[in-house]
Formats: sequence, structure tokens, C-alpha cells
Amino acid sequence: MVKKSVHEINRKIEDGSVNVVTAEEMVTIVEELGAEGAAKEVDVVTTGTFGAMCSSGLMLNLGHSEPPIKIQKIWFNNVEAYSGLAAVDAYLGAAQISDTRGIQYGGAHVIEDLLRGKEIDVHATSYGTDCYPRKVLDTIISLEDLNEAILLNPRNAYQKYAAATNSSKRTLHTYMGELLPNLGNVTYSGAGVLSPLSNDPNYETIGMGTRIFMGGTQGYVIGNGTQHSPSSGFGTLMLKGNLKEMNPDYLRAASFTGYGATLYMGVGIPIPILNEKLAAATAVRDEDIVTTIEDYAVGSRDKPVIREVSYAELRSGSVQIDGKDVPTSSLSSFKNARKIANELKAWVKHGKFFVSMPVERLCAEGSAKPMKETQVVPLVKDVMSSFVVTIKRDQTVQDAAKKIWANSFNHLTVISDSGELVGILTAWDISKAVAENCFDSVESVMTKKVLTCAPNEPVDLAARRLDRYGVSAMPVIDAQRQVLGIITSDNISKLLARRY
Amino acid sequence: MKIKITIPTERIHNPIISESIVETGILINIMVANIDSTYGELIADVNDLKFDKIKNALESRGAIVSILDRPIHRDEEECIECGACISVCPMNVYSFDDSWNVLVDEKKCIQCGVCIKMCPHGALKLGE
Repeated sequence: MVKKSVHEINRKIEDGSVNVVTAEEMVTIVEELGAEGAAKEVDVVTTGTFGAMCSSGLMLNLGHSEPPIKIQKIWFNNVEAYSGLAAVDAYLGAAQISDTRGIQYGGAHVIEDLLRGKEIDVHATSYGTDCYPRKVLDTIISLEDLNEAILLNPRNAYQKYAAATNSSKRTLHTYMGELLPNLGNVTYSGAGVLSPLSNDPNYETIGMGTRIFMGGTQGYVIGNGTQHSPSSGFGTLMLKGNLKEMNPDYLRAASFTGYGATLYMGVGIPIPILNEKLAAATAVRDEDIVTTIEDYAVGSRDKPVIREVSYAELRSGSVQIDGKDVPTSSLSSFKNARKIANELKAWVKHGKFFVSMPVERLCAEGSAKPMKETQVVPLVKDVMSSFVVTIKRDQTVQDAAKKIWANSFNHLTVISDSGELVGILTAWDISKAVAENCFDSVESVMTKKVLTCAPNEPVDLAARRLDRYGVSAMPVIDAQRQVLGIITSDNISKLLARRY
Repeated sequence: MKIKITIPTERIHNPIISESIVETGILINIMVANIDSTYGELIADVNDLKFDKIKNALESRGAIVSILDRPIHRDEEECIECGACISVCPMNVYSFDDSWNVLVDEKKCIQCGVCIKMCPHGALKLGE
């Protein structure tokens, strides 16, 4: 049994005799020496990750103006921050987008601009009080003008993350990047072998108070991250660090097309090797870290799992789905993760960084709950018209016109002899056919590519589809393509009229 | 080599591409074609040795032909080498080397622009 203390390791850091390696190097060391041998040999293992971490933001203090103002609302370069606390404090969220420049520029970009020494426009408003009489404030500041500029990131450094793909027929723009149609690509995030929490999965050394590498300076873990879900291997961390000491190499703003702004954070965590259990844990390899590939075609919280996959396969450049090789893209930078692990290694080696034990351990069990919703989300089946007028594909345009006239119904669903949906015909299609003197079968004038929806889909999803494709109705069908009803823009307006 | 053929508004109704192919007998591989009633722009692959001949044939009919030397431009300051561009490129322009640097093989680019939308850091731009 090897047993070391953090104090012993810090003494070694002080006298320069510490043996520190990266989590990537530790894999072969444990292979060669075994966990016990490696635990005797190695004192510290460094990890690193560099990826999109939306749940980040800057807590800042502007100092008091003359006359003073109790800021109620505040914008930095037209990006709104939250200032419902005291007078001149604000919290600027990385994912907040600009009122004027949209998703191309957000809180993350303001944070990066501040770090790069750029000047930032500040606009603030207030209601005015006896002690804070001022109602409007406009000024220009840079990072050095702020009293405090502290990154307070509620959820960073996911232990691992689910990979994404898309089974639908159109490109999806997501926070996992562009997902090509028909399972055209897979995107993933996380540093695998170097991922901090995957190297200490029982959170023995990473906890509240742990000193870390954050954005190029020393920061701290201040607790578990929000949505911490350790039981399923999706632990997260809440972090704190001084923006004024950070380096833009390790803190970069980004914007995902069709999604919005986010902040790329560089985080590295040293793991003191106190015993052979920790040595064994830090020998984790890409092939040992398993996640899922989820289908983002389903716009729901619970996305269907396509398959399980290891980081080794994701990082190989392609993954197999249904016997097909699908190319993969990483959204986080392994090169930078490695650079961070090496930089932290150099700090420890040269006595510039001392390891610490947590003052409280992170909770290692439990999972994040979904939202409690008290209002029932209406489903398509709740608002659809179950009265549907159907017509067979070989009937004539005149038959169709009669049916529309007789039923005062704008949309005819066209079905095959066995009752399967094969097309849709609107009053407009009939007018067009008549105008063109075309009185053939329904089949020759109907729309064959029909947008449909399922009875158990939330109405919001159906409404988004109607809007996206500019159609006024969609047949509701079951798995056998039998028509159960129809949902029209009328149904949705009635629902909204009830709601508000 | 990859070439760009621009067809100005006043020539859009003429079968410039077909005429040039028939006249020269040179086959070009059209990779991207954006043509509407007012304007046309095509990206095509053509044998290096046959470039001058097809260029003359196209230009004599009013098209503008340019060689795509650097069809895609990467801003190395902005690029964080995540590799998001790799999986969306239909021509395999992007890849990782052994040290996880992103490599760009510009010659393969057909300017479809998918990678530009994919890049979270706005590091990619279409060039000439």
C-alpha cells in the first residue's frame, strides 16, 4: 500500500524533487509499473480540457459613479448583464447575445475583448433613489478599470459529454455544431484521456477548494457544477478565477451558427497521487471512457440513443453507425487540452503551483432532475381535428372539389387503397388545377411529399415545423402511416387564444 | 486544378459552358453551380494542361475565369484547432496531424461553404 499526503507532495514541489506527468503519459507508466509502482514513482498527474462551456460568466464591480447610480439594467457593448444586486455589481453571462449584433457577438465576446485590453461601451439605467439619484449612465471601460472581474462559471469541465448526430433530412444547427442530414456526421466534446473528472471519477482530490489551472492562471473549484450528475458519469464543476490574470490563449469566445454565443475555457486540474487507487484511476484511456451518440433530430429533452461509443472511436476520425463509417468532428481542442496539461505540469515542476486537497468532497452519487412543469404541454393529439376528409388517389379533381365543398374543409388527405397516407390536396391545389384546365386524377395534382407529425409530439414542435416549411396543415399519422387526424394553423391559433 | 467560372447577367441565357465544352472537347467536372436568371457562378475541376484552352473558349463567350489558388482561408489566430470543420467537409480538405494540429489541403476545396458555418470561431473565409 502506497500512502502519500498532499503536504509531502507539496514539500517535493518546493524542493524540486516532485515527479509530475500528464494523464496521457500516466497511461503507459501504469501499464509498465502497475498501479502500485506508478503510485510510488509519480506524485502528480495533470489533466486538461479546452472546449465550449456555455455556463460561464463574469462577476464584475464597476466602482461608484458621481453622482452615484443603483444600476437596474446594464449593457456591455449592447450585451445585457444581470445587475439586480447592490449598486454597481453585475453578472455577464457568456451565452447572452447582443441586442444589436445578434448571436455573432455575446457575453463571451465581451469577456474576451476585456481580456484583450479592448475598450467596452457601458450603458446602464436605473429608477433613481435619494442615495442613488442618477438614472442613466454611459461610459467606456477596460479591464483595468474594474474593481473585480471574476469568472464565476456555474458548470464547466463535464466529466464526459454525449456525442451528437442527426437522422433527419435537413442540416441542424446546434450547440454541437452543424449536424448533417441522414446521419452525415457525428460531433463530440471532451478531452477523453486528459479529461479532469474522468481521471478522478470518485472525486477524491477534486472538490470544493481544489486549486486548478483556469484560463491560464490559478483558479479554484468552488463546488460541484449545476446539473452535476455523478451517478451516470456526467459530473460537472463550478469554477472561479480572476479574469485580470488570465491569458486569451485559454479563454476564447465562440458562436455556433443558429445557436448562439459560448465561451471556450481552458481548464487543467492536477491530481495528487496519494495512493495506488488514484494511480489506477489516472491511467484511464480513451477506450475506457464510454458515452452515447444521441439523435438531435428529435427536438426533445430525451434524445434517442443511436449507440454507445468510446472516446477512442470518436477520436479515430469516424464511427460505425449501421455498418457505415460516419466522419467525426471534435468541438473541443485536444491540442490545447494537451498544451494545458503540459503547462500545468511545468508549473508544478518549477514550484509555481502547489496541489491542494478539497475542503469538502463533491457528492459522488445522484443525478440531475428534469424540470418540474406544472402546466401540461399540449400534445398534437390534444388539439388536432380528428375529423379528417380523405380521398383516394385515383378519384378525380372534381370529386375532390365536391368533398371540399360538402365538408367546408380545406385540406384533403389522399390515401392509398390500404389507407396509407400518400399525398395532400388543398383548395388552393384544386383552384390551380381548374385554372390550368386539368381535371385528371387527384394523384396528378396532389402534393406527394407530405409533412406529417405524430400524435404524441408536443404542439410546439409541430408549430415550428409548420412555420419552417410555410405550410398550413399536417396530417397526424401513426407508425403504419394511417391518418389519425390533421393539425392546422387554425388548431394552433385556437390553442394560443385559450392560453393567453 | 479548381477554377471559378463567373457568367455575367447579360450572358446568362447563352449556353456558354456547353458551347465551350463542345468546341474544345475538354471535359470539366462541375463541383458547385449556382445559376439563376440573373447570374451564374460555377466551381469546376479541370486538367492543368487544358486550362488555357478552356479558359479562352469560355472567355471568348463573355465568362470570367479564375484559378482558385486559395479557395479557403484560415485565420490562424482565430482557429483553436478543435477540428469541427473536419466532419462536414465533403472534399476532406481538413484533417488532424499526429499532434492534433488541423491541416488544410486547400487544393481540394470547392467553396461549398459548409465549414464556414461550422467553425465556432469564425476562422474560415472563402478566398480567391
